[in-house]
Amino acid sequence: MHRMHNTGPGRVFDIFNHIFLAIVGIVTVVPFLYVVGGSFATESEIASRSFFIIPNEITTNAYDYIFSTNAVLRSLGVSILVTVIGTLISMILTLTMAYPLSRKNMVGRNLILNLILFSMLFSGGMIPTYLLVKSLGLLDSIWALILPLAINPFNLIIVKTFFQQLPEELEDASKIDGCTEFQTFWRVMLPLSKPVIATFTLFYAVFYWNDFFQALLYLTDTSKWPIQLLLQQLVMVANTGLGDLQEASLYEPPEESVKLAVIVVATVPILLFYPFLQKHFAKGVMLGSVKG
Amino acid sequence: MENVQEQSVKAVDQPRKKSKWNQILKEKWLYLMVLPGLIYFILFKYVPMWGIVIAFQDYSPFLGVWNSEWVGFEHFQYFFSNPDFFRLLRNTFILALYDLVFFFPAPIILSLMLNEIRLSFYKRTLQTLVYVPHFMSWVIIASVSYVFLTTGGGVVNELLSGLIGKEVNFLSSPDWFRPMIIGQIMWKETGWGTVIFLAALASVDQEQYEAAIVDGAGRFRRLWHVTLPALRSTIVILLILRLGNFLDTGFQQIYLMSNSLNRSVADVFDTYVYFVGITEGAFSYSTAVGLFKSIVGIVLIVGADRLAKKVGESGLF
Repeated sequence: MHRMHNTGPGRVFDIFNHIFLAIVGIVTVVPFLYVVGGSFATESEIASRSFFIIPNEITTNAYDYIFSTNAVLRSLGVSILVTVIGTLISMILTLTMAYPLSRKNMVGRNLILNLILFSMLFSGGMIPTYLLVKSLGLLDSIWALILPLAINPFNLIIVKTFFQQLPEELEDASKIDGCTEFQTFWRVMLPLSKPVIATFTLFYAVFYWNDFFQALLYLTDTSKWPIQLLLQQLVMVANTGLGDLQEASLYEPPEESVKLAVIVVATVPILLFYPFLQKHFAKGVMLGSVKG
Repeated sequence: MENVQEQSVKAVDQPRKKSKWNQILKEKWLYLMVLPGLIYFILFKYVPMWGIVIAFQDYSPFLGVWNSEWVGFEHFQYFFSNPDFFRLLRNTFILALYDLVFFFPAPIILSLMLNEIRLSFYKRTLQTLVYVPHFMSWVIIASVSYVFLTTGGGVVNELLSGLIGKEVNFLSSPDWFRPMIIGQIMWKETGWGTVIFLAALASVDQEQYEAAIVDGAGRFRRLWHVTLPALRSTIVILLILRLGNFLDTGFQQIYLMSNSLNRSVADVFDTYVYFVGITEGAFSYSTAVGLFKSIVGIVLIVGADRLAKKVGESGLF
């Protein structure tokens, strides 16, 4: 590599650069560390110490409390259900739609592509979509969190572009071997698409896990709230406590460590996902920069 | 499906069309595969587009779209003569401008700095760390911000009262709303934004650096004459894309951080549509506001595409 002139201003720059980037890294993670540390601390320690990462006295009181309520467990269940079903539906729809659209000989392909493109430029907006969901009878159903956003058009175009650049000889060969289009897709194309599948599974799963707004729009029934909406109400909306959200009338405003523990619970599943798929998504994002 | 196609084949007799139908029949699997996705787009994207007609009605949920009274451009006229209009326009515009000036350059600078690190372990660790916030929800980011910035116990205010002897009301002061929003975006997305620039940097021809060194170029000359020109087209295309989405400041984020005290600077078109439409039930009026925003958005995107082609990029579509 170009390692010359490593004296004078260059060296000063190197030192500055290393220190600056280390600070950036620390600033990125410290808030999360504080949240995790605080969730294991006692209420009085949070009140008395202004900043700490490892509490003096470690307690699991906050977790004991939130897992003793119905609200948190139930909304975790909703979030897991929505994430699993939603990701599955989204991946099936995206892959099965992208593959035919990658075939240049398909009659009507351009019409469908233009239909998709136009829907990315212009949309009915929040209110007409809300009225549609309502008239479909999906209000207060977890399907309202999945179906309206099941296909992300950007993801679809990227997957289509990926299929397009696979060598044409492959499909010719599988046709000669007597495969139908579907068999070609299932047995030849999908096994070659593992990095793309991994990337978009991650993206869709993150999307479903992180969503609170669809739930805010379409669900009034608190027993169907996903964890993100529960967290939002708990931390940001004054006077809402976990007690409010349970059948039991025991009202108890959330204490600081309880809020922190719910933040941890809403974050951890994504962090568990992250290392497995990290090696794939850099590649997947590169695909994203290839124009459709 | 099969039946419809057979009938249609019978109906057409021109040979050219017939061969098209033969081709469709031959590859019916393709159409069967594309069908569920197509239904999705028609139902969830195109039916709501048709629903826009309620912007020109006094829509009543009891009468439905067919029977509600038509009022023409009344809702638009009301909106444009409403002081809310200028407030929304101003807030959206200023936030977009802040985003462009403060957030846009951040990933470029961070990737240039990361690129100067030769220790691959250190570099990879840093990258893994700075990517993580991108995967957190806005609710998490907003909750953490609340915990840190709140008065009477928030970490930042505890430190401030120790240092300068007073607390700052970040969460409910209009003055702090915009810096807070931009700060959150930078914290969440700067690291992720480096992915594309680091890829562009990795594809720079190493020989160009060696040639520059032979020519006696120092580090900053190499940055100026080799590295930055390599990033030029990526920067230009992302900048133009951003201009195309100028009105789209993060809705979820702004919704989460806005409250009755900072609403004067926090309301943007999207949040206004939500509050007026969903919570106050003014369906027709808020659909008109949403339609106005969509049309301005299309004009901006098409304009940005033209601009991209003018500066010699391949354009967005």
